[in-house]
Amino acid sequence: MSFSPSSLEYAIYTQGLRKRFGSHDAVAGIDLKVPKGSIFGFLGPNGSGKTTTIRALLGLVNITEGEVFLLGGSIPEESAKILPSVGALVEGPAFYPYLSGRQNLIRFDSANRLADPKTRSERVDRALARVGLTQAENKKVTAYSLGMKQRLGIASALLQPRELLILDEPTNGLDPQGTREVRALIRSLASEGITFFISSHLLVEIEQICTHLAVMSQGKIVAQGSLEELSASEILHLTVKTLDKKVAVAALKELGIKAKAGIDGVAAEVKAGAISGEEIVRKLVRAKVGIKEFTLLAPTLEERFVLLTGEGFDVAR
Amino acid sequence: MSRVNSTPGSFSFMKSELYVLFTRRRTWAMLFTIALIPIFLAIAVALSGSTIPPGEGPPFLDRVSQNGLFVGFTAMILAIPLFLPLTIGVVAGDAIAGEASTGTLRYLLISPLSRSKLLLIKFIGSGVFALAATITLMISAIAIGAILFPIGPVTLLSGDVISIPAALMRIFLVAIYVTISLLGLVAIGIFISTLTVIPVGAMAATVIFSTVSQILGSLPQIEVIHPYLPTYYWLGFADFLRNPMDFSSLVSNVLLQLSYIVIFGSFAYSKFASKDILS
Repeated sequence: MSFSPSSLEYAIYTQGLRKRFGSHDAVAGIDLKVPKGSIFGFLGPNGSGKTTTIRALLGLVNITEGEVFLLGGSIPEESAKILPSVGALVEGPAFYPYLSGRQNLIRFDSANRLADPKTRSERVDRALARVGLTQAENKKVTAYSLGMKQRLGIASALLQPRELLILDEPTNGLDPQGTREVRALIRSLASEGITFFISSHLLVEIEQICTHLAVMSQGKIVAQGSLEELSASEILHLTVKTLDKKVAVAALKELGIKAKAGIDGVAAEVKAGAISGEEIVRKLVRAKVGIKEFTLLAPTLEERFVLLTGEGFDVAR
Repeated sequence: MSRVNSTPGSFSFMKSELYVLFTRRRTWAMLFTIALIPIFLAIAVALSGSTIPPGEGPPFLDRVSQNGLFVGFTAMILAIPLFLPLTIGVVAGDAIAGEASTGTLRYLLISPLSRSKLLLIKFIGSGVFALAATITLMISAIAIGAILFPIGPVTLLSGDVISIPAALMRIFLVAIYVTISLLGLVAIGIFISTLTVIPVGAMAATVIFSTVSQILGSLPQIEVIHPYLPTYYWLGFADFLRNPMDFSSLVSNVLLQLSYIVIFGSFAYSKFASKDILS
């Protein structure tokens, strides 16, 4: 294994991570850089390779090519040392249906060789309380709702003090109230310094809590960075609602803006910082364009996400 | 390594495995059914009176009505070919495939639990079940034998007579012998269990393996391979009913079962250690 000094600054660091199934790459050589202490959103439509990436991060699948470092340790070589500091929810929670919620947590905790059996009961209590399942702890999991299972999965990730939590679709199956609670829980844990890596196919799910984002599409990462970096757009959308479409197009052309006439106005793309909105309006007014509505906006994250990954129900590949 | 062995949680998962195995209703249902075998046998013998001529029916059947301690031996002979392998198939076949089908396998592995340790603990757990099964059968047999028939010193196949405590000791030895006989099948079942995420498939395949082995063992044309079949010594416990006890079949059986454990254990490890866990 080549030593990678930069891997130490990141909670997750991959280099050219590739996972091939048969002849197709589920993950096609990605470089993930998840800074320590960040809440990192991992976005992508269904089938884009998010879960396979997470499985590779945790050493569940063999890596075809590339390197993975978790908390500075190489995976899978140092899994035994690193994974006790990592809590994870992978492709939904999974439990022994014939055991109670509490017994399930005890079972998973006892699989961790480094977990102290003396404090086990106490730690299980705390994890259950943290997700609000204390009341249902002795019910068999088979009687749990999807939302309760999701909470129990999160509780299982919280059995030990962790440095990194990898959560695959953590709000899946939760009602709006539960979703809010999970978000609040993530925020409070993040304030304790835990790094979060949260996958989702819904931007709105994680937009509010993330500090960083990566967007995955067809096995590749198509955008990655802090929220500010990603929101800072090169291109602004200009729309002018007017009846004087021809005049407006001509006036904008003098400013070097190529505008197209639409049904009820004109639209154009403007390079950010090239020209201010005021200047454009002044020019249009001088050209005697009657303006009903004027907007100059950066595309929303949502629009950019759709732009990067494509719209509709077409599953990638 | 010493640091690893001295960590407080080293045996936690072994305990957890036994706890999960022996709190499952399925496990108790199987043990309960095993306990019924000697009970049905004894009742059938009791109802039919002492009219069974020697040499008819399963071995020792004619002696059951004279001495209740023989119930265990006869019931064991009835249980070995099908019922015990069936329960072993259920437990060992479920070992990895069952965890995979519920998805708990991925959570165990990222806990983290090493794959070799998981295999080892599943093997030990299934072995403990095999022991529980044979002991359950014997205890049930002794109890029903004592209720329905006279109990007394046992006349061995060699003609010697041994006391009741000595006979109970032999019964216990037979249970151990049968448990050992089943360990090769346990290893086979766990290997098959690493190949699939459908537990029922692994269970059925394990039972089929034992059945095919017994069928091959009954074909005189292929006598040359018989000593290598995992089921070859399954009924060899009659040696414990002679004086002095003959341990040669026990030794050969242990060696044979060990070979199966080593071979299928390494198959299981090589398959499972590098497997992509996609369940």
